Amino acid sequence: MSANGSTSRAARLGEIGWRLLVPAGLIALWYVFTEIVPLFHHVMLPSPLAVIRMLQRLVSNGELARHIVASLERILYANLGALALGVPLGLAMGLYRPIDRLLDGIISMFRPIPPLAWVPLSILWLGIGTLSVVFITFLAAFFAVLINTIAGARSVERLHVRAALSLGVSRRRMMTHVVMPSVAPYIFTGFRIAIGVSWMSIVAAELIAASSGLGYMITYYREVLRTDAIIVGMLTIGIIGLLMDILTRRIEQWLMPWRQGLHLS
Amino acid sequence: MSAQLKLAEPKITMRSVTKRYESARGESVEALAGIDLDVAAGEFLTLVGPSGCGKSTLLNIVAGFEQASGGEVVMDGRPIAEPGPERGVVFQEYALFPWLSVAGNIGFGPASRGLGDAEVSRRVERCVAMVKLDGFEHKYPHELSGGMRQRCALARCIANDPDVMLMDEPLAALDALTRLGLQDELLRIWSEASRERARTVLYITHAIDEALYLSDRILVMSHRPARIRREIRVPFSRPRDPEVRTHETFHRLSDEIWQLLRREI
Repeated sequence: MSANGSTSRAARLGEIGWRLLVPAGLIALWYVFTEIVPLFHHVMLPSPLAVIRMLQRLVSNGELARHIVASLERILYANLGALALGVPLGLAMGLYRPIDRLLDGIISMFRPIPPLAWVPLSILWLGIGTLSVVFITFLAAFFAVLINTIAGARSVERLHVRAALSLGVSRRRMMTHVVMPSVAPYIFTGFRIAIGVSWMSIVAAELIAASSGLGYMITYYREVLRTDAIIVGMLTIGIIGLLMDILTRRIEQWLMPWRQGLHLS
Repeated sequence: MSAQLKLAEPKITMRSVTKRYESARGESVEALAGIDLDVAAGEFLTLVGPSGCGKSTLLNIVAGFEQASGGEVVMDGRPIAEPGPERGVVFQEYALFPWLSVAGNIGFGPASRGLGDAEVSRRVERCVAMVKLDGFEHKYPHELSGGMRQRCALARCIANDPDVMLMDEPLAALDALTRLGLQDELLRIWSEASRERARTVLYITHAIDEALYLSDRILVMSHRPARIRREIRVPFSRPRDPEVRTHETFHRLSDEIWQLLRREI
């Protein structure tokens, strides 16, 4: 909101520079200790130039894109499933005590089981392939969405409910126009966490139970000792994760403009 | 108010209304001890009492948020059992919906009651003008000052066209200067809305000068369990002149109320 545009632009540039300082420094160190003073064998740590060459190769032969698409597709299905099940269940548990009592015990017991502990069973039940990976990733995302939706449903303010009741709101409209907007920010937080944990579990699941995807790509190149390709896979995951987080934040701001001021203050 | 109003059937009648709570330690706490009260249609009635005396409980019962433990509360011949749009509520904490703009908040009641878009926006426009929030229709509550939020809450209540307005310390969260200004605004808005038909106000405050300046009648409440200690008819004519605050009668009544309350603290 500065009246002086050039000052704020300079401040923005300064901020971006400040953010890039540590990554740039790390890359410089990496370059120095691999290319100029080689401290590591290239299998242990290849130079950034080798990684870039490998990246070019994997991009031009389409291999990287194929694995990205495979992983993204699984993440999409897993998270759609997590939202479709986690939101209604979370609302029901957060709003209705009897349903909470009915399900709280079993959910609290299953939640601490790491998704990866499900790998053997899911391979037995669903076989090796996309279905297994989606199932494992779904489990991770589902609990994140569920727990946050429950918290959101419990945080609906009594004052808002009372205000709406004395304005003559119907039961149905109370759900759509008071409860949902109150819970929406929590669902979004759950969704963002779900995206994050789905990347963690999908890579691990693909290490074992798939023949495509970024996780599979990383295992494959470990077996042939191509560390440069492993690093390409790791950085790809990091960058996609970052982009997805930025995207979900943007969507959140767009869907819930009233929250912008709350973030800033 | 004219003599006819006193003869007419009261808008709200309370007979031996009691309220008991179970405290967290399981003790029974008596909040209201047999309240008998008639509120005339079109009357501005204020309850003054020490903090925590149970006056809010009384208002919550009329609003339908809480149930009396004993006695009966009747409005227009029908017992009050639940919240309803004919009884609008203005809360101390505003209770605006943070996800709706000023216009969205004001239109919430009319839209909830199934009025058409054209009628809703006509009412919003009229009420925005009434509380002088022109130009702020698209702002969100967090972008408004405390005084403006309470104006918006007042407009939201008026837009729903209630017979009775229940106000629970609506100005208590505001600074002294804003409070004085809003007292005049409140009277102006109430008298504008009363032109079409009688609007009854049940008002709660612990500010003696506010009660004297706004009300037709004041009930001084005792400490918990609340009883009505004294009824005071306010003799000043309407529209109220701010100068009334300097009248000798104003000070005498103010002192009288203060002497009553002092014994209750």
